[in-house]
Amino acid sequence: MLGNLIQQTVNALTIGAVYALIALGYTMVYGVLRMINFAHGEMFMLGAYVAFLLLSMLVGDVGATGAIALTAAFVIAIFLVGVIGVGIERVAYKPLRNSTRLAPMLSSLGVSLSLVTGIQILAGPQPVAFPSFFPAVRYEVLGGTVSAVQIGILIAAFALMFGLHFLVNRSRIGIIVRAVSESRPTAQLLGINVNGAISMVFFVGPLLGAAGGILYASYYGIMTPTMGAVIGLKAFTAAILGGIGSIPGAMLGAFILAFVEVGGTALLPVVTHGVLGTEYRDVLSFAILILVLLVRPAGILGEAVSEESIVYKREF
Amino acid sequence: MSVAETLTTAKPRSGRAISFLFFAIAIALIVATPFLPNYYVRVINSLLIYILLGIGLNIVIGYAGLLDLGFVAFYAVGAYSYALLASPQLDLHWPFLIILLVAACLGAVTGILLGIPVLRLRGDYLAIVTLGFGEIIRIIINNLDWLTGGPKGIPRLDKASILGIQVARPIDFFWLLLVTVLVVGTLVWRLERSILGKAWAAIREDQDAARGIGINTTNAKLAAFATSATIGSIAGAIFAASQRFVSPESFTLQESVLIVLMIVIGGIGNILGIVAGAAILMLLPEVLREFAEWRILFLGLLMIFLIIVRPAGIVPRSFGPDKLIRRLFGK
Repeated sequence: MLGNLIQQTVNALTIGAVYALIALGYTMVYGVLRMINFAHGEMFMLGAYVAFLLLSMLVGDVGATGAIALTAAFVIAIFLVGVIGVGIERVAYKPLRNSTRLAPMLSSLGVSLSLVTGIQILAGPQPVAFPSFFPAVRYEVLGGTVSAVQIGILIAAFALMFGLHFLVNRSRIGIIVRAVSESRPTAQLLGINVNGAISMVFFVGPLLGAAGGILYASYYGIMTPTMGAVIGLKAFTAAILGGIGSIPGAMLGAFILAFVEVGGTALLPVVTHGVLGTEYRDVLSFAILILVLLVRPAGILGEAVSEESIVYKREF
Repeated sequence: MSVAETLTTAKPRSGRAISFLFFAIAIALIVATPFLPNYYVRVINSLLIYILLGIGLNIVIGYAGLLDLGFVAFYAVGAYSYALLASPQLDLHWPFLIILLVAACLGAVTGILLGIPVLRLRGDYLAIVTLGFGEIIRIIINNLDWLTGGPKGIPRLDKASILGIQVARPIDFFWLLLVTVLVVGTLVWRLERSILGKAWAAIREDQDAARGIGINTTNAKLAAFATSATIGSIAGAIFAASQRFVSPESFTLQESVLIVLMIVIGGIGNILGIVAGAAILMLLPEVLREFAEWRILFLGLLMIFLIIVRPAGIVPRSFGPDKLIRRLFGK
């Protein structure tokens, strides 16, 4: 029982860490542009595919690779996806900055669709086996099994999140991004390079999302062109749950969602006497989304989002 | 036509020629359809279903300015209404028109139930909640095997008949769909120009100002949502009757996105634009059969390009059905 509990906790933490990495991208973009970036889930997918491509270029045989090649592939891949993210913003979102609220969302929908079909054409729609970035070692902890992959994911994700925390709260770039997020016109009046700040957000967000994608693919050992869609929606749920626009909120929301999901999946068949099985896991996440919006649309740590609030005003 | 009128309408002469051309193509297509092979009649039928879906979704996206990414859920509600009420699945064999009515009501109720919690919120939340809702409906249909047959779907649906006349061949459905599209299209076009339509336009342009002049924005949005859901559900019921088979595969997220794509490419907020968008969506795979997998990539890129360069779409909002009629028949 205790072993099972420990194992489920570690499972939830692992999934939560991946959700958090993606949710951060949604929340940061929403913070500065008040826009839902539907293409963000595709950054997650792109991360896995770019890393795979780099690995096969670096070593040829993807199955047996050394630690140095893996680390290099990971770092180069997430930076490349970050650059792709900045490029997409320049081409598809920047011209629409003074347009209606609907326009950039529709544009991001187009980007998302194009990226998924593009990868489907280039790499094929079928799932591809993804190499593990960590040794296949398992540890027994008080009766539960914890794999090295899970520990690796947790370390990598927390290192990235700590890095982001440092960047946002302790660096000059962070001050600029926060200022733009607070009020773009004021930041502009103060002589802040608003475009630079937005580019920064579109670099860091996809970078974290791509890292999430690589970790996720190496956890399950598989990647598909459509892997970003459902995970993206869940990460978005996590961002809303924590309070969209809030960076600690996104992390908190991600872990809560992961725990509810893992706990719910384990308990759902027991509680309902097998009427609702584990296949309703995704329904559970979306039900949470709708419930949060009903009861507390601002999320746990977020700003007020009712239409009366000033946030709704078309500031830009 | 008097000289003065000729002078005042002299400029859009080329526009008039194009209007006549399109009108002629539409009439020719309608007249020719009964003589086409069944395969092409089916293509035209699905074109008409997409037009119907587009007209429905356009009320929410084009008129009220809200993004609905779960529209296919209402389509599924209509399709499964027919599948369950007219098949051996539950051994119910209701008449087609009654089911159409039931489906329309169910669609409206579903739309209102989904709308109530989210329409108070910021517009962009609606996109994500409807997306989630669409997925919930699909997962439930996929797993409720005893009722919906799960991923295998429901086969052997009844042949539809309207007042004793059997509607079974593709050409029968062509006439049924054509009449439905014309009736629904006219109603929705009139609705857009009614006081409710003006309230939608006000909400779309500036929600705070709309509220300032005394529009109950929540109710107006709810009305848009319910009308759109009703049309989606009607389209679903006709779709199920014409296929005589339903499965969850027809109701994926990509289908919702494709309908949005079609509206944006054709011309957001304009029924004529939807016809153009549906034509592109349906005819492209017929023309470029060898590049079938490139179609969606092309459409996605086209949508990004159009939003940036020509946000009004191929047929802009200003060129509505009333303008077409004026171009065609003088005043």
